[in-house]
Amino acid sequence: MVHTGLGTAGAAPPPVATRGVAMPPPARRWAGGRRGRLRRSIRRHWQLYLLVIPPLLYFLIFQYVPMANAIIAFKDYNVVQGIWGSPWAGLEYFQRFFDNPMFTTVVSNTFLLSLYALIASFPIPIILALALNEIRARFFKKTVQMVTYAPYFISTVIVVSMAILILSPRIGLASELTGFFGLPATDYLAQPDFFRHVYVWSEVWQTAGYSAVIYLAALAGVDPGLYEAAKVDGANRLQKIWHVDLPSITPTIVVVLILSVGSIMAVGFEKAFLLQNPLNLSQSEIIATYTYKIGIQNADFSLATAIGLFNSVINLVLLVGVNIVAKRVTGKGLW
Amino acid sequence: MSAAVTKPSRTSRTSRPDRPGRRRRVRESPVDRVFLVGVYILLTTFLLVVLLPLWYIVVSSFSSPEAVSAGRVFLWPVDFTLRGYEVVLTNPTILTGFANSFFYTIAGTAISVTLTVMLAYPLSRADFVGRKVLTAAVVFTMLFAGGLIPTYLVVQNLGMLDTRWALLIPKAVAVWPAILAITYFRTAIPDELREAGEIDGASDLRILWKVVLPLSAPMLAVIALMYAIVQWNSYFDALIYLRDDSLYPLQLVLRNILILNTDAGADVTAAIERQQLASLLKYSLIVVSTVPMMLIYPFVARYFTRGLLLGAVKG
Repeated sequence: MVHTGLGTAGAAPPPVATRGVAMPPPARRWAGGRRGRLRRSIRRHWQLYLLVIPPLLYFLIFQYVPMANAIIAFKDYNVVQGIWGSPWAGLEYFQRFFDNPMFTTVVSNTFLLSLYALIASFPIPIILALALNEIRARFFKKTVQMVTYAPYFISTVIVVSMAILILSPRIGLASELTGFFGLPATDYLAQPDFFRHVYVWSEVWQTAGYSAVIYLAALAGVDPGLYEAAKVDGANRLQKIWHVDLPSITPTIVVVLILSVGSIMAVGFEKAFLLQNPLNLSQSEIIATYTYKIGIQNADFSLATAIGLFNSVINLVLLVGVNIVAKRVTGKGLW
Repeated sequence: MSAAVTKPSRTSRTSRPDRPGRRRRVRESPVDRVFLVGVYILLTTFLLVVLLPLWYIVVSSFSSPEAVSAGRVFLWPVDFTLRGYEVVLTNPTILTGFANSFFYTIAGTAISVTLTVMLAYPLSRADFVGRKVLTAAVVFTMLFAGGLIPTYLVVQNLGMLDTRWALLIPKAVAVWPAILAITYFRTAIPDELREAGEIDGASDLRILWKVVLPLSAPMLAVIALMYAIVQWNSYFDALIYLRDDSLYPLQLVLRNILILNTDAGADVTAAIERQQLASLLKYSLIVVSTVPMMLIYPFVARYFTRGLLLGAVKG
């Protein structure tokens, strides 16, 4: 590597190849400063900077430009004048969304669906992991793990199709089972009340085994000494789980919980969209599907963006809020 | 996959070193025995609940169209037939979907993994000035996003609508795999190796290519899988960005046939037969389209677990 000493703003002689850490003498700090450090780093590691440009461009173009584009929520967007040329509309589109009778429906549907999904899908992986952790029979344990893990690899489209087929009123597995007990067949997906259950429990079916892995890993890391101590104290299996296993995996639980609460409003659009039909819309229309219909189908870009923005902000507030609470309560947070 | 999970072996815990004559297993108390039976029952229930729907679909796919549409299939194929598979595997729309999905998955994964490494390696280097700011900028996109329409406008302005690029580029880099890669590079690759390379006069790129990447095979496998699964399973990008159905990935074709009940193709001639076949075809289609993922799943599960652990360490 050649050191030409060029362009260090005429300041300190370039520190001999001791890389970044070499502090300039205190008097020089202002002269060299952050800028100097960056410049030296670029000169020395230009290949790394070159390497990082394409992915950064990706983030700029596909993440940050859309954030800037979200300005059209405050504008009367039209194709001819473009994003920046379109006239300002102030909060008109937000107002239109809030005044819309759909507002209450989609917001409460989104919120209730997420909350239900959170409550139902949160404890089951933990229970599964704790139970698996008790088992010594390797074959059985492996089988349960492999089988419960497998649905994670099935696509949403397929999971929804399976749900539709299995729940179909005349020929599905569900009606065969209820028929076995002498109960009448029901068209579950035509009833708004069943939408949430189908959504949430198919989700649990698909992800419980996968989510359990993270807890199993945490359980594997528990100090064996703790079990010894519990044994000496005469704890039975249940007490061992309660006093050793659970406290040991609490940090993991907290992180997972924060992440799930943070995405409470970002409920899986793709699945709700697939499970929707005209009959269950009163409970299945959520913010994301509504945004899609307003934006892509009706091409009302400004209104759709306003709705999306509203959703993103709530999401961010929830995430930050939960993180603060978690830090207070457990001393642990995401950042 | 449970190698890591079963590590602290229970048997060693219950053994008593002071009395070597005793069998390793201490007698369980009655309470513990009952509890253990409960655990087995619980796990068996889990197992059946997950397995039954899968089994039902597979069994139905091998049954005759009449039996399926009459709802006579339960736990075993009725009037065994491969008719459904015949129709699925000769349907041009479905085959195009398969071919497209293979292309999107392979090309998309290659692009994504390359870009992720290009991002993660510099950000993992402590001597890379600016890494904190850049990492924060990347992670921030996890918390806040422009939304559907603003992103759509970008894709539109780039002229990507109705091209294959629309499925490969806009979702190319995900934050989670990037964090995983950064963590891996920082913790699993000893600094000394890099320094040794530097002393030998290797450039940063050369070190990355010759030293770091060969040592990162497990991590690369994990993020490649993450991207591949997402790409293989996605339909929504295709739904909004593509009009031309010859570009459709399998999942979108599946949605049209399985959920919207669109005609599976003009080649099924007789209307009555078609109607009966329609429900059988769905079962076969589900099985066929899930096979690629299920085939690789046992091989990748182990890697995937390891990847989750890596991620968990960071969290």
